[in-house]
Amino acid sequence: MKYSGGVDVGSTQTKAVIIDENLNIVGRCLTDTGADVMQAAENAFAIAVKDAGINTKDVKYVIGTGYGRYKVTFGDDQVTEISCHGRGAAHMFPGTRTVLDMGGQDTKAIAISDTGEIMDFCMNDKCAAGTGRFLGAASSALDIPLDDLGPTALKATRPVRISTTCTVFAETEILSWLGKGKKIEDILMGVHQSISSRSIGLLRRVGINEEVTFTGGVANNLGMVSVLNENLGLKMNVSSDSHYMGALGAALFGMDRVRVAEVVA
Amino acid sequence: MSMQTKENLARRGNKEANLLFKKWFDNLDQAAKEGKPGAYVFVMGSMAEILHTFDLPIIYPEITSLQTAVRQHSAELLNEAEDHGYSPDICGYVKADYAIQARGGEHPMGKLPTPGLALLTNACNTYMKWGEIWERMFETPLFTLDVPGTRQNGTQTWPGDPQFESEKRYVLGQLEELIETCEDITGKKFNMDKLKQTLEYSNRMSRAWKEIIECNQGNPAVFDALSDGTSYLGVNNVWRGTEEGAIFFERLLEEKQWMVENNIGAVEEEKHRLAFIGVPCYPIFRDFSKLFSDWGGVFVSSTYMWFASGGNNLGFQYDIDNPLESLAEITLIHVRDAMDSMFHPNEIIMDLKDRFNIEGIVFHPIKSCRTSSTGLADNRRELMERTDLPSLFIESDMMDKRVVSVAQMKNRIDAFFEGIEMRKANREAEVKQ
Repeated sequence: MKYSGGVDVGSTQTKAVIIDENLNIVGRCLTDTGADVMQAAENAFAIAVKDAGINTKDVKYVIGTGYGRYKVTFGDDQVTEISCHGRGAAHMFPGTRTVLDMGGQDTKAIAISDTGEIMDFCMNDKCAAGTGRFLGAASSALDIPLDDLGPTALKATRPVRISTTCTVFAETEILSWLGKGKKIEDILMGVHQSISSRSIGLLRRVGINEEVTFTGGVANNLGMVSVLNENLGLKMNVSSDSHYMGALGAALFGMDRVRVAEVVA
Repeated sequence: MSMQTKENLARRGNKEANLLFKKWFDNLDQAAKEGKPGAYVFVMGSMAEILHTFDLPIIYPEITSLQTAVRQHSAELLNEAEDHGYSPDICGYVKADYAIQARGGEHPMGKLPTPGLALLTNACNTYMKWGEIWERMFETPLFTLDVPGTRQNGTQTWPGDPQFESEKRYVLGQLEELIETCEDITGKKFNMDKLKQTLEYSNRMSRAWKEIIECNQGNPAVFDALSDGTSYLGVNNVWRGTEEGAIFFERLLEEKQWMVENNIGAVEEEKHRLAFIGVPCYPIFRDFSKLFSDWGGVFVSSTYMWFASGGNNLGFQYDIDNPLESLAEITLIHVRDAMDSMFHPNEIIMDLKDRFNIEGIVFHPIKSCRTSSTGLADNRRELMERTDLPSLFIESDMMDKRVVSVAQMKNRIDAFFEGIEMRKANREAEVKQ
């Protein structure tokens, strides 16, 4: 059996995936990126290989993706996370025509053709509003763990309106709502609504065509999924492996190269 | 032809452009040191042909400002202007120029003459407000040339049409007024023979430039419209209506025709033929081009070569026997075309798409120039409805490095090329099947 690997070095977390030649995920790893990006990539890959129960030499091709893709120095090539998320989403949900990827500092909207080609993409520019970082600011201001943000927000009855577009100022605005006696769940729902609004703006720029697949770490946030579904008026595809979608796409590109090498040989 | 000669000819235009640029700055420096005031003009409607007849040093503040970005001086100048109250959101060219003027004309390339006359057109929203700054600082006389007929894509009128003829008379009247203003300022009498001479030089430049642009139809492209083209544009403006300019462009045409004949391309391995819409990212000028050339991308054309060439891209020829009227007519067409190139690039892109075999379009709106950037997102959307050409939309700035994120830019550019290559590979696989 031949394997390929994908290592997605994001601004916040590093993800690694190993797939077999049947394109099934057989190993995965999620770890904080931290300051030593190269080490994070190596660790993630090593753990994913171990998770797959194979040896490093069995992995015939490794592709690095994400902002730290050039730090995957043990890899064979680099592909942007835009292409990788598109590829991963189209593999997981073949009917995907639009991808919303929400990561730590990036939110991307990607349009995909019926043959899986990237037709267009759009990303947040020079500002982390509308990304996972915005939720991080809320988590910090309200002293609530990231994983609890979504479920708490879903309890809201009278959501507040978060008007700032700046992640840094969002903390101030959250504190001011607290000062006015607003409930935490209502403030958090306001945060989710604000992110949703910016994300849908990005999606509109590339065109919202069904099926829409939600990828990236924030896709694990049930509150975010719920708010986006409601505001979009549709039900997005969300995989339990959403967080790994970029790494999966990278591994799939890697398997393409393995196959091409076989044909050439 | 020997190998040595080949190499010399292939890059000759770039070297000569650099030398001419240095000479232009040296001339300005000398004039400034002699205390001669200069005429400050803009690339869209400079009226250089008239100003040359009065021997006025001509300063293009858009070009002197962008040079500060290319030479990594713009950050300090922008900060200085902002310290004096200018907003981070206004034109970076204006702020850099303001700081230079506040420093007594000290520019990294030499001293600039004080604005003794400012000639403005309505082609850019900012020109007139910019002129007012000089007016406040130096009591500079302002002459505003109002060129009608702009922003009317598809409804332009042409010579012979009553509306065009009426607009031409309106421009002609203003040119006569400009001549009187120059006579008052310089104390010199207008010399019609000198005007004819400068028009003839401009004709030679325009004739050659139009042919040079067309040379990129072939594969490989013989110059990159973004990196090489911008150098040529500089000469196109600052040496407009001069013998040096005419000789430069005729030699450049010779070079490009020779490159076409000998199948020599602008980049080592041309893989992707692109068009560029917008203004370059001057704070990282070379690196910006490299982000594309690393993928084998070459810009075979750009809207910048149209709207920033002062109309020379059109190849119109002045009627030397009827100089003033002809100047009015072509000024009307040039300035109008510059506006159309900025606001309605899609018509021209659709024309270029097949003739230049373009595979992708890069839209580059810039933060501090709303005139050239507003509407680009709509243009892109409309273009995507009309054609399946891949396009990329990246935003930065022409002066302000604070809003240029190279890592983000590279990510988007890489993804753009990955998409193009994926499509190409799929098409090739389909053909094989």
